[in-house]
Amino acid sequence: MNPREYHAPRWSEPIIYELSTPGERGFIPPTSEKKIKEKIGSGASLIPEGMRRKTKPDLPELSQAQVLRHYLRLSQMTLGMEMEIDLGVGTCTMKYSPKINEELAGLIKDVHPLQPEETLQGILEIAYEFGNKYLREISGMDTFTFQPPGGSVGCYNNALIMRKYHADRGEPHRDEIITTIFSHPCDAATPATAGYKVITLYPDPETGLPDTEALKEAVGPKTAGCFITNPEDIGIFNRNIDEWTGIIHDAGGLCSYDQANANAIMGVTRAREAGFDMLFFNLHKTFSSPHGSSGPGSAGVGVVKELEEYLPVPVIVKKDGAYMLDYDRPKSIGKVRDFMGNLQVVLRCYAWCMALGAKGLREAAEVSMINNQYLMEKVKKIKGVTLTYPSRRVDQARWSLEQMKKDTGVGIGDVNKRVIDYGVQSFFTSHHPWLIPEPFTPEPAETYSKADIDYWCSVLEKVSEEAYSDPELVKSAPHNSSIHKIEWDGFNDPERWAMSWRAYRRKHK
Amino acid sequence: MGKDFVHPYIPNSVPKIKREMLDFIGAKDADELYAEMIPERLLLKNEMQLPEPLLSEQELKRHVAGILSKNKTTEEYISFLGGGCWQHYVPKVCEVIQSRSEFLTAYAGGAYSDHGRFQANFEFQSLICELLGMEVSGLPTYDWGAAAGNSVRMASRITGRNEILVPRNASPARLSILRNFCGSVDPKGDIKITLVDYEPETGKVDLSDLESKLSEKIAGVYFENPNYLGVIESEGAKISELAHSVGAESIVGVDPISLGVLASPAEYGADIACGEAQPLGVSMYAGGGSCGFIASRDEERYVAEYPLRILSIAPTSVEGEFGFGQALYSRTSYMAREKAKDWVGTTTVLWGITAAVYLSLLGPQGMKELGETVLEKSHYTAAVLDELSGVEVPYPGFFKEFPVRFTRPVKEINEKLLGHKIFGGNDLSKDFPEIGKSALYCVTEMHNLDMIEKLEKALREVFA
Repeated sequence: MNPREYHAPRWSEPIIYELSTPGERGFIPPTSEKKIKEKIGSGASLIPEGMRRKTKPDLPELSQAQVLRHYLRLSQMTLGMEMEIDLGVGTCTMKYSPKINEELAGLIKDVHPLQPEETLQGILEIAYEFGNKYLREISGMDTFTFQPPGGSVGCYNNALIMRKYHADRGEPHRDEIITTIFSHPCDAATPATAGYKVITLYPDPETGLPDTEALKEAVGPKTAGCFITNPEDIGIFNRNIDEWTGIIHDAGGLCSYDQANANAIMGVTRAREAGFDMLFFNLHKTFSSPHGSSGPGSAGVGVVKELEEYLPVPVIVKKDGAYMLDYDRPKSIGKVRDFMGNLQVVLRCYAWCMALGAKGLREAAEVSMINNQYLMEKVKKIKGVTLTYPSRRVDQARWSLEQMKKDTGVGIGDVNKRVIDYGVQSFFTSHHPWLIPEPFTPEPAETYSKADIDYWCSVLEKVSEEAYSDPELVKSAPHNSSIHKIEWDGFNDPERWAMSWRAYRRKHK
Repeated sequence: MGKDFVHPYIPNSVPKIKREMLDFIGAKDADELYAEMIPERLLLKNEMQLPEPLLSEQELKRHVAGILSKNKTTEEYISFLGGGCWQHYVPKVCEVIQSRSEFLTAYAGGAYSDHGRFQANFEFQSLICELLGMEVSGLPTYDWGAAAGNSVRMASRITGRNEILVPRNASPARLSILRNFCGSVDPKGDIKITLVDYEPETGKVDLSDLESKLSEKIAGVYFENPNYLGVIESEGAKISELAHSVGAESIVGVDPISLGVLASPAEYGADIACGEAQPLGVSMYAGGGSCGFIASRDEERYVAEYPLRILSIAPTSVEGEFGFGQALYSRTSYMAREKAKDWVGTTTVLWGITAAVYLSLLGPQGMKELGETVLEKSHYTAAVLDELSGVEVPYPGFFKEFPVRFTRPVKEINEKLLGHKIFGGNDLSKDFPEIGKSALYCVTEMHNLDMIEKLEKALREVFA
């Protein structure tokens, strides 16, 4: 298969300030009725002395069609998931989010979160039932919250529960948490923000399997718990995960499971049997909600009965057939997000699960796992690409271009720019540190057809051929992008960086 | 769902294709592959017990819409609720742009392939900076509470101090979020929060109490403007000056929709500004519209402490062309894990793009006019309510929200208002007992005279 040549839209679109024409406007807000003005006077007079804005904010001035055109052009210069075969962005689970769910999410856009409970019964029912019918069955956990508005907040939420749990038991000296280097960075960063010391375990260097002996050495009287991603971000499932939770429990710690992308194990294996006390899913990944250029997403946090009292308030409860918001929870950690989180995301995920059912969810898991095996069989034949550890992977695999770099000088940074000339998104280069050199991590969720995977592999194959025959062609990419080579050296230089148009004008004009 | 069932979301559920793929892999079936990766004892033995699926889109839509029809909305009811999520008009162009497949479904693509997204994000940073009078902002964070939490932690790291002052007229929900951000495992590692009183007559920060609590140990003074009670802190400059007098940072949380008419936080001395962008063209979504932001001056010691992704503009190899990239990316948890500045994750970038569209549409004149309309309508409502018997509006000098004090319990009044298809203000009685039986009313450009008069009439009936 010869991949198609793609050319990105190139609008050479100026910064919106450069499109401004003094006096133009894109919108007229309503004015107050005469009766109001007569009684109250002008708005400006109602502002306390000294707090009136003296000069209008320097916002751009454009008519409506011009604003629309500008942002439409910017949207066209963005390679969204729906436009292409977006399976190169592993750990992100770029699956299809059904369009009907957008319309359904819109049904709560004019709902205020502080409305009386009896006027929120629809959305409370969906959130409650999604937790109690679906996530409970899929994870084995007992009670759920959707207040954390993203996966990392879910992880942070669990660190706060851990902190309060040990404090309540008079064991605040437990100040160490254990994670693995191939767990997502939030498993280290959010407990650290909560005040924990972080011990990071490294895998067996030959097999890449998490090292149980290392865990045994790391636990002790200061262990508060563990934060573990499984399958790990390199795609390997920790076969001894139940032994791990046993070791942590024996040391008096709690276990938090990072199931951000549980896509390939839904209905296959669960947090409960693996011995975890709490978990978070990234609902937007595993259960499908558009990723929104990086949010809003949502976590789904589940805990065992013993930890239920620590959940953030309010918890949605069901009493006599009505759904209610329970704030009266003295041991709660309080709040991690205002209101109840991103319920429009929860609602989309409910609809997605409802469209699949038990068999469909299991089918989505199996197919995404099979897709990955199929992709791996193809990728491993491509020159210059190696798999660092030999074990079979579940949903994704972390590959290395170290060999290609040695042979040709072309590394992941170059390949990443060349693939977009063939109409696929730049690969996710994987979180740091790069234990696996020159990494990339494709994740072919159930959304992608065999033909899609074949196409994507043909792009990688083509770029590999180019690297070995004409490395400059790859290094000088992208050739058909919206813009030309960015000059990277200013991004860490306070003299040159500019994070706003006003800073840019001050420094560079 | 039979053995040969093909689902529209799963192309490779076609049995023949799946067989071909399994043959290519050299496996009998999925179970064989799972067994190779996951030990027998951890494999689920039975099929999950879940509701029967609704396979047709039509049935699915009817089912979900049916459940959601049990909600009432602010379109059907007249709402005076605010308190962190506010009803403002969403221009159609905002909805069109945020629904674009490209923005809606992009995620973590690169600076070339997602150039348009990077530019839209840079424009969000630029426009929000303009409102705030700042030069640096980053991609948005989750909500105002998270923005305040990060801001306070930034101030603590910048000053090397571990105490902050927060007035009691800040949002209780945000205060709860802040307490989590400031806590630690070892209490010695906490950032200590000391509450500052507010004046009972005005609802504004009590400057003498603030002054008495200031010391060289204070990392920052965090206050909100307008504050949670809706009141404009007219002594912002004095608060900043007091903070600076002990070497502390002045951290101000704002509702940006007020900034077409109100002085920017930079004008009254803020070092770090944060707040909530939901009013800027994002629908309420039952609280799902929240979108926090942080901004500061362009100094390395501030930039180095941001947890957020921050985009910088840069030249390209072609004269006059711009590109964008991550500034000082090594700060973030994606790079530095537990050594990072707090953490960064999937936040609310789609709402940030929406806010950029909103500010571009309204421009300086639109923001000014909108602010004036909000002021007029809210003050009119307050004046009318204040004239009713049994009803009092205690504080002057607000923007769009104000407490209303009643002679009878708020719960009882709100139940009666509900009968008139009105959502009364949020009950403050529990969090602010000192104000009395009071509720926080919010009036914006969404309310016309007719709606305000309906509230007036309903309250007249309640107190008749």
